[in-house]
Amino acid sequence: MLNNETLLTQLEALFPSDLSNADFSFDLLTVEVESSKLRTLIATLQKDDSLGFAFLTLIGGVHYPEDVDREFAVVYHIHSWKHKIRLRLKAFLPLSNPSIDSICDIYPSANWMERETYDFYGIIFTNHPDLRRILNEDSMDYFPLRKEYTLEDGTREDKDDRFFGRF
Amino acid sequence: MGKIDDEKVINGEGYQLTTLDKAIGLARANSVWPLPFATSCCGIEFMATMGSAYDMSRFGMERLSFSPRQADLLIVAGTISKKLGPVLKQVYEQMAEPKWVLSVGACASSGGIFDTYSVLQGIDRIIPVDVYVPGCPPRPEQIIDGVMNIHKLVKKESIRRRYSAEYKDLMKEYKIELKEDNVK
Repeated sequence: MLNNETLLTQLEALFPSDLSNADFSFDLLTVEVESSKLRTLIATLQKDDSLGFAFLTLIGGVHYPEDVDREFAVVYHIHSWKHKIRLRLKAFLPLSNPSIDSICDIYPSANWMERETYDFYGIIFTNHPDLRRILNEDSMDYFPLRKEYTLEDGTREDKDDRFFGRF
Repeated sequence: MGKIDDEKVINGEGYQLTTLDKAIGLARANSVWPLPFATSCCGIEFMATMGSAYDMSRFGMERLSFSPRQADLLIVAGTISKKLGPVLKQVYEQMAEPKWVLSVGACASSGGIFDTYSVLQGIDRIIPVDVYVPGCPPRPEQIIDGVMNIHKLVKKESIRRRYSAEYKDLMKEYKIELKEDNVK
């Protein structure tokens, strides 16, 4: 049975130069992965029967506008039912080229999650079979969860700012 | 309405005089077929309004129409997202004349608390609205009050409303096309 420490040891043995900032907060092993190696790493973990990472829990995005050349993070949670352990992987991408390899062919469930991350953050998943918006209207011309856009609807004039925490 | 009360001349069951507009308005107002376009908590209040405690069938409204083709009144109850906007407009366009719209609750009327990128800031941005019901969500009494106001409108509406210049201008403002067979 794996635990967070032994899992990290195994990961470091497999990818000695691509991992950094390992963290054990919330009893959940979090590892930062070089974005170019993330796809290979996930493929290795998924195919390795002794690890048994058969389930992709989620893919999500984060925007850190102050972090130059690391503005976007893509977060992957994968789950090993065999060892009852979860693993969180983070890959950081620059604003100038927010793109990362798609993992749709490894986990088919990644398809819609990658579309959602694209929809809200504009992160490009290369080789995704159908990368278009999934939740927002197709005519939307921006990525609403990027922190460069205001949360409120700018087209509204008659709502009183005091009731919405804006002064 | 006028009644001839000279009993010497009229001896029988009697009759009443009225204008066709008023007679038809009365008939329409007492048999409005609503189409509930309910998306959230206001829809639950609408269900309570339809239930036996408040009983909308008292007003000839027990027949809900889930097809826009047979509906007279579009009741929009709940938050309408921008993505849902074109669907709502299509439902409105599919309704046959004459038609009325009741906007139930803060969200349908103005976007409500959802002042955000994904929510339509009031359905009057895409379709014309006859009566607004405030509240978050409004109580069934308020929805009934809104329906009563719709009834007042229906009673005094001209049966030739859709041919009037005001109505055509309104539809043009909302970029809703009036079909040729509807408008002479």
